[in-house]
Amino acid sequence: MKRIINLIVNNKAYEIAVLPNRTLTQVLREDLNLLGTKEGCGIGDCGACTVILNGRPVNSCLVLAVQANGCNIQTIEGVADGNNLHPIQEAFVEYGAIQCGFCTPGMVLSAKSLLEKNPKPTEMEIREAISGNLCRCTGYQKIVEAIQAASKKMKKR
Amino acid sequence: MNDFSVINKRLPRVDAWSKVTGEARYAADLSMPNMLYAVLLQSPLAHAKILNIDTSAAKKVVGVKDVVTYKEAGTIHYGVSPARYDETMFCYDKVRYVGDEIAAVAAVDFETAMEAVSLIKVDYEELPVYLNIFDAMKEGAVPIHDDYPNNIGAEVHQEFGNVEEALKECDYVRTDKFVNKKQDGGFLEPQACLAHFDMNGNLTLYTSTQTPHYVQRTVSMVLNIPIGKVKVVKPYVGGGFGPKASANTIELAASLLSMRTGRPVKMVMSREQVFMHSRGRHQFYHELTTGVKKDGTIYALKNTCYLDGGAYSSFGIATVYYAGSLLGAPYRLPNMRYDGYRVYTNKPACGAQRGHGGVAARAAWEQQLDIIAEELGIDPIEFRLKNVREKGEVTCNDFNLSSFGMKECLEAIRDRSDWRNKKGKLPKGKGIGVACGFFVSGAGYPIYRSETFHSTAMIKLSEDGGTVELYTAAAEIGQGSDTVLTMIAAEALGVRYEDVKIYSGDTDYGVDLGAYSSRQTLMSGHAVKQAAEDVKKQVLEVLSKRLNVPVEDMDIKDGYIVFKKGQVDFSGIRSYYVKEHRGWAEQPGDDKLTFKEAARIAYIEKGTIVSAGAYKPGELGGKYKGATVGTSPAYGCSAQIVEVTVDMETGKVTVDKMTDAHDCGFAINRTNVEGQMQGSLSMGLGEALFEEVKFDEKGRVANPTFGEYRIPTALDMPNVNTIIIESNEPNGPFGAKEVGEGAIMPTIPAILNAIYDAVGVRIDELPVTSERIYNAIKEKERKK
Ligand code: FES
Ligand code: FES
Repeated sequence: MKRIINLIVNNKAYEIAVLPNRTLTQVLREDLNLLGTKEGCGIGDCGACTVILNGRPVNSCLVLAVQANGCNIQTIEGVADGNNLHPIQEAFVEYGAIQCGFCTPGMVLSAKSLLEKNPKPTEMEIREAISGNLCRCTGYQKIVEAIQAASKKMKKR
Repeated sequence: MNDFSVINKRLPRVDAWSKVTGEARYAADLSMPNMLYAVLLQSPLAHAKILNIDTSAAKKVVGVKDVVTYKEAGTIHYGVSPARYDETMFCYDKVRYVGDEIAAVAAVDFETAMEAVSLIKVDYEELPVYLNIFDAMKEGAVPIHDDYPNNIGAEVHQEFGNVEEALKECDYVRTDKFVNKKQDGGFLEPQACLAHFDMNGNLTLYTSTQTPHYVQRTVSMVLNIPIGKVKVVKPYVGGGFGPKASANTIELAASLLSMRTGRPVKMVMSREQVFMHSRGRHQFYHELTTGVKKDGTIYALKNTCYLDGGAYSSFGIATVYYAGSLLGAPYRLPNMRYDGYRVYTNKPACGAQRGHGGVAARAAWEQQLDIIAEELGIDPIEFRLKNVREKGEVTCNDFNLSSFGMKECLEAIRDRSDWRNKKGKLPKGKGIGVACGFFVSGAGYPIYRSETFHSTAMIKLSEDGGTVELYTAAAEIGQGSDTVLTMIAAEALGVRYEDVKIYSGDTDYGVDLGAYSSRQTLMSGHAVKQAAEDVKKQVLEVLSKRLNVPVEDMDIKDGYIVFKKGQVDFSGIRSYYVKEHRGWAEQPGDDKLTFKEAARIAYIEKGTIVSAGAYKPGELGGKYKGATVGTSPAYGCSAQIVEVTVDMETGKVTVDKMTDAHDCGFAINRTNVEGQMQGSLSMGLGEALFEEVKFDEKGRVANPTFGEYRIPTALDMPNVNTIIIESNEPNGPFGAKEVGEGAIMPTIPAILNAIYDAVGVRIDELPVTSERIYNAIKEKERKK
């Protein structure tokens, strides 16, 4: 039996009928066509599906859509302001923090949620904050550098 | 400093904006109206005869549109190397590993297809299961493939010089064994595809692949459709590292189901299926005997290797050669013997993975060289410096080192890591180690025997002259080939980076063997450079006629025409262009003639300006059997120093610092080169310290998740001091050669040598778990 849920995604309100076993990843990708959220494992191991839910980064593959009822969600599609990249995104572009890009949406959201709580993180705090986001391509170094640069940039604003 | 405008810089990737905003589409993101979802039935048994397959119940499920087995698919054999086409789309006589594909169901949605597939009934007669090479090779073992009665699917025997005689002349000889574990590619994006066979009889296959060209040929052969009617399109790909370098069953099954149903068919692998499909790193059992002279001259190497290949050959024929051919090359080694055996077992097939074939061998030997240096009382870096080859030398197996900055790499890491003050001087539990690496820069020959070009490229100018459209079938899989090729085109033509628009990864755009063997920059780069130079010539020729200036007296740079012999009156062209483009954006205004104006004039004169480039390496290397594997137009090399801390109580290893120098010939994009180095090192660190695909007694993958199969996280990987060495490769475009795979080579042995420096134990089995080190430390204490 489908249930009606209400979500606010990237500041837009949605009313959706979902089956109780559908994950938030599935609903975002298949019902809302927000395909920037990636699925790398489906069981909470890789972080590719990271979204910000009520201000906290979560693996959306571990959240049932019905559990998210009434929640405020931000996906990668909601990070840039129109055509203007968020400073974290700008830094990812500039510092070469992206290779295949499959981990990138999740990384950006984990970084964003870190910098919102802790605008001046140490390198170790950055590494801890993204330790649930696997990246096979970059060796993480340029991602860490990008987040450090973004933190500086955001302070200035 | 050089006077390049685009290359050798740190430009952002061409696809960075799409990727960072979530706009980039990968295969699993694609859909089409009326699309069906398909899933596979895979074998639960590791080795069994198939007696009967009953699909009747599955066909009755409401919503099921098609069910296929070998009966519908046929049994055309395919694989990677034509000499070992040992796979079929679906099993027909027997299953050979847990996960072997038996059937596929297409239905209106994923859940329906899953339900139907569970209703397919297969009767098996179980056969003995061989989960290691020793059981598989035993007298009387049942052959996994009938043509190979002792389960040895491929053998190599090569000798250069005379190893037995040479060993007698050596002052010091030692033999060591080494074994690694089967490793997974660990790319973040599971394979996925969408096949659409349209009413006009054309098949379009969107798929997560490193090699659209090989997939096109395999699909065409297995489904019996002319090559020209199969179009393979690679969307953005979330990493490959080797395992995505050949056709897989979902690509074939989705294509077949689409042909039969007339509807688009989508298939996506789960993470568990990715582990079962595998095609990752082989397990290698090496035995190495090395002989040296008193003065430290490396004189002879005998290398015997058994590879656990899994159930099918995949890239294995190349792997078994690579495990021998690449090893001696960085050093002046006159005598080398190699005996390699690839053995079939009832596990997922192994294939190519970053550093194809050479990673375990390199780890084994570079550790042995460290032991030898110590025995001889020579510093390990000095020992290597004494033996490394230099530019222009040819190895005993006929590799021509047309550029070779190994010495520079070693000196750079020695000086940058403060080696002299650290080696042997660190406190107990802390250690420093060094190792070298070596790899091809593109396979010298295609996988199938052919005179084909390895890469082609096309350039077309937009009619207003403002945009350069570059078409290539090269495969951007994250490594950055789109960026590098765009930069090469811009530089060679003389326009700005942002004026080039790249279209890639589509078999309709040309022939390109794809992203494997570290070949895109060198090979596709050549083709692109040639096409760009041709366009430049065409534009300048038209201009020459119009302005009466000889072509040689002009050039194009940064989007402007350069008149080498002083200013030329081009006002006629300017006013003509302005007239042509009345009302358009971006009218030329400055006092220099733009490429855009010149290109517009060329279009008016000749029609669409197009050009083509093509590259093949030509005859390379020796004439002996197997000389084609390992032969390359150029070779990359690297050296690395790793510093570790080993917890003496628990055996836990922490990698504190890595200093890595890589000779990539010439860095087209410096940021990308560093990214390849850092990524390679993290994969090497994972393989050294924790990666191992494990199996239960029935042959099932025991750890098919990223929770249990651990790859490095941001907390495992230290920052790397990356040093780019540029030796200017004469056979590479602008002097460039590989960095994508060679960079992984020194990591594992450098870690092993650092562990020895820290705690005085040698580990000859990967991964170096805490337990292994702890036991080795205890063992050493007991012996005291
Ligand atoms: S897809 Fe959710 S953690 Fe991997
Ligand atoms: S960029 Fe490929 S997984 Fe991170």
